[in-house]
Amino acid sequence: MSAPTTESAPRTQKPVEIIESATVRLAGDSGDGMQLIGSQLTNTSALAGNDVATFPDYPAEIRAPRGTRAGVSGFQVQFASEEIFTPGDQLDALVVMNPAALITNIGDLKRGGVLVVNSDAFEEKDLRTADLKSNPLDDPTIVGQFRVVRVAMTELTRKSVEPTGISVKLADRCKNFFAMGLVFWLYGRELDSTVRFIRSKFGGKPEIAQANEMALRAGWNYGETTEAFISQFQVDSAKLIPGTYTTLMGNQALAWGLLAASRRSGKELFLGSYPITPASDILHELSRFKNFGVRTFQAEDEIAAIGSAIGAAFGGAMATTTSSGPGIALKGEAIGLAVMLELPLIVVNVQRGGPSTGLPTKTEQADLFQAVFGRNGECPMPVIACRSPADCFDAAVESWRIAAEFMTPVMLLSDGYVANGAEPWRIPKIDDLPQIPITHPTEPNEGDRFLPYLRDAKLARPWALPGTPGLQHRIGGLEKQDRTGAVSYDPENHQRMIEIRARKIANIANHIPLQEVQGPSKGPLLVLSWGGTYGACATAVARCRRAGRDVAHAHLRYLNPFPRNLEEILKAYDRILIPEINAGQLRFMIRGTYLVDAVGFSKMTGKPFTIGEVTDAIQGQLA
Amino acid sequence: MTNPLPVLTANDFASDQDVRWCPGCGDYSILAQMKKMLPQLGLPRERIVFISGIGCSSRFPYYLNTYGMHSIHGRAPTIATGIKCVRPDLRVFVITGDGDALSIGGNHLIHAIRRNIDLNIVLFNNRIYGLTKGQYSPTSEVGKVTKSTPMGVIDSPMNPLSVAIGCEATFVARSIDVHIKHLGEVLRRAAEHRGTSFVEVYQNCNVFNEGAWNYASDRDTKIETTLELEHGKPLIFGKNRDKGIRLNGTEPEVVPLGNGVTEDDLLFHDEKSNEPTLAYLLSRMRYPEFPEPIGVLRDIQRPTYDSLLNDQIAQARTAKGDGDLEELFHSGDTWVVA
Repeated sequence: MSAPTTESAPRTQKPVEIIESATVRLAGDSGDGMQLIGSQLTNTSALAGNDVATFPDYPAEIRAPRGTRAGVSGFQVQFASEEIFTPGDQLDALVVMNPAALITNIGDLKRGGVLVVNSDAFEEKDLRTADLKSNPLDDPTIVGQFRVVRVAMTELTRKSVEPTGISVKLADRCKNFFAMGLVFWLYGRELDSTVRFIRSKFGGKPEIAQANEMALRAGWNYGETTEAFISQFQVDSAKLIPGTYTTLMGNQALAWGLLAASRRSGKELFLGSYPITPASDILHELSRFKNFGVRTFQAEDEIAAIGSAIGAAFGGAMATTTSSGPGIALKGEAIGLAVMLELPLIVVNVQRGGPSTGLPTKTEQADLFQAVFGRNGECPMPVIACRSPADCFDAAVESWRIAAEFMTPVMLLSDGYVANGAEPWRIPKIDDLPQIPITHPTEPNEGDRFLPYLRDAKLARPWALPGTPGLQHRIGGLEKQDRTGAVSYDPENHQRMIEIRARKIANIANHIPLQEVQGPSKGPLLVLSWGGTYGACATAVARCRRAGRDVAHAHLRYLNPFPRNLEEILKAYDRILIPEINAGQLRFMIRGTYLVDAVGFSKMTGKPFTIGEVTDAIQGQLA
Repeated sequence: MTNPLPVLTANDFASDQDVRWCPGCGDYSILAQMKKMLPQLGLPRERIVFISGIGCSSRFPYYLNTYGMHSIHGRAPTIATGIKCVRPDLRVFVITGDGDALSIGGNHLIHAIRRNIDLNIVLFNNRIYGLTKGQYSPTSEVGKVTKSTPMGVIDSPMNPLSVAIGCEATFVARSIDVHIKHLGEVLRRAAEHRGTSFVEVYQNCNVFNEGAWNYASDRDTKIETTLELEHGKPLIFGKNRDKGIRLNGTEPEVVPLGNGVTEDDLLFHDEKSNEPTLAYLLSRMRYPEFPEPIGVLRDIQRPTYDSLLNDQIAQARTAKGDGDLEELFHSGDTWVVA
């Protein structure tokens, strides 16, 4: 499964202790390269056959003042020999590059966990910048319950790269690779893929590439020789479904899903977008795919972004726009136009903490109301949510299927946690991907007339493209006359059109899969979740069931319309618990729709649920 | 495709909808000239798209038998941009007004123009909000009393042509609703321009701003108050063609011809100049200090956004071959689980 041992994948002489999983967090200053080494650790672990899940956590400021608590950037990864769905709760190991990183992260380290510290960064001035009066390493109330490994990383890195002759300043930039080498040793990771990465990333600067590689190896060797570590951990391969895997981040998976949908529907993809955290990576990724016929348009603002997408849809492209909550707010009127025009369009919202600018780099799922209700007038649109990084691929494909089949804009909800997280993705066979057939009329549809709002059995109107002779028609935001699409102020027509638009969207419930339930089909408690909380909720329910608790789990992909069997499911349980990273939005919808007295469990800290938190909430309901 | 195009007439471009502007509105005249001009483009109706925003002028697409969209306030340039990006084969018009284009849609207007995307923007300027019944607009003059300014407008008006030139517009022109031959000719030249063309049409709102452009449209005074631009010709105007525009330092001035002042002393119009200074200077000439220039102020060539975008697509395909999903999916590190 893993690559054969080479000179760059040394073997330890120390005892090896086999563990099922490890949760590691790397924390340092936002300029310290923590995200970079975190993603390398993820890839290497995935290549070793582990299941992996990650959680990057970084400040909104690109470079907050160096060494301060505000500037701490962290990357958490869990790798395991069993299937996992979250980046882990408590940390088995924490690597900190400075005092600020230590003090802001130590609370998450397990009792007895490994704390690796760059001891060179704990001088008087470093402590002051981190607002510390004394050295936390000397305080047993802070570090007493951990296995503290002090490593003079700055000094050791400088020495290790000396042969390259690079400046001290550049040498200091290599210390993240030293830290990575040490972590790689601790978990018996091979160095090959990171060495390849270094050589390709710094290919233009051979001395920097050489220095980083030396630092990496020095870190590994330090682990092997230091007496601080008496044994190495080993996490065996996970038993994943057979296939070829690669690691995908959520935004990347979403971009690939859009691309795949475009290919499977024979449509060239158009993305109108305006940069916004945490959605911009979708724009970046898609802008690379010009040879797939993908046209990306960085618009002057959020409104222009969706406006251009609506224009592209009218022109016959697969049209998409990507943003986050504040941008979606700006797009609201144009989404309403797309609903009125009944053109296919995907609106992606990678949710972040709100309201207003809120917490740009932190996660939240508080835009559900905005997605379902956030427009003027009676303005229904399908809403679909991604549950994990790799799932963004399938959710994107499904969004386009629904948009094209029903001639409607679709809201696809992701969130910062899903977007920036990574996990293994089993590469599908192209032929196994759903085909999305699309046709455009070429002939009049009523005698010699073309009626743009004459509907098919699914109430979808024809998608006639400019350039088609004889089908010239005008559409717009004013109320449409049924069938003809002409402007109409007729009172009865308005009511009829509102009802038709509502019925069209409601009917999608008949064309999506039935809701599945994990666990007993009736009983005292059902956990109902949606979106990015899947991992924590599924794992928590599984754990409770292993501990003998009677609890089931249903995770929603479709938020509007709900699956047609949802009511029946909800009514089969005495209690419904809805954990959400908001103040209870799905709960409100479930209560309002089904008159079910669902109980909520809310967390709004900008962070995802831990498994423990959901487990406790479940226990609380069953107590 | 070998069939010759049928010869179309203005009537072929009329839709089945009743035109519902107020009787006497300048929009009727613009619609009539547009319908007369369109057959001259030699394009079948289905290749033409009209996109509008919100406002009286924005009802325009409903009255033409082409493809069209009556969109939302101020956003027509964005929608037109999207269409043109994916369908460079279509001729795309944007119909807008002074409120739609310069107020709520100002941002989109300036960016469409700077990108030089191949759109034909026609701005109906009536210096008032008509559809909302009479509030002042970004082109209303200071002091104007309107429903929302009972003591008079206190903000300075915007000069649409100056804005367009400031955004490096490649085609800038002005005409007048009732000046029908001139209007038809300006619309034709705008439509044939590749890149963003921007045409301001002085349009009379006879209900809420009657006579706003009388000085320029009145049969008796227009010859003194407007100056019809001709490429390569000196700037001459007046009933007896006896006045001209001369440059004094960096400022234009009106001078009578004769008494030693000859045509050679006057400014000559050069719509092809890559340097926008002359066009800008012309755009700044306002009545009553100057006659207001009508016709084409600027007509230069610059690559269009849509052609550059589609060139990149073609280049990428030439360089990398048509994209292959299978290859993309395996482009990162992969591993096999047996």
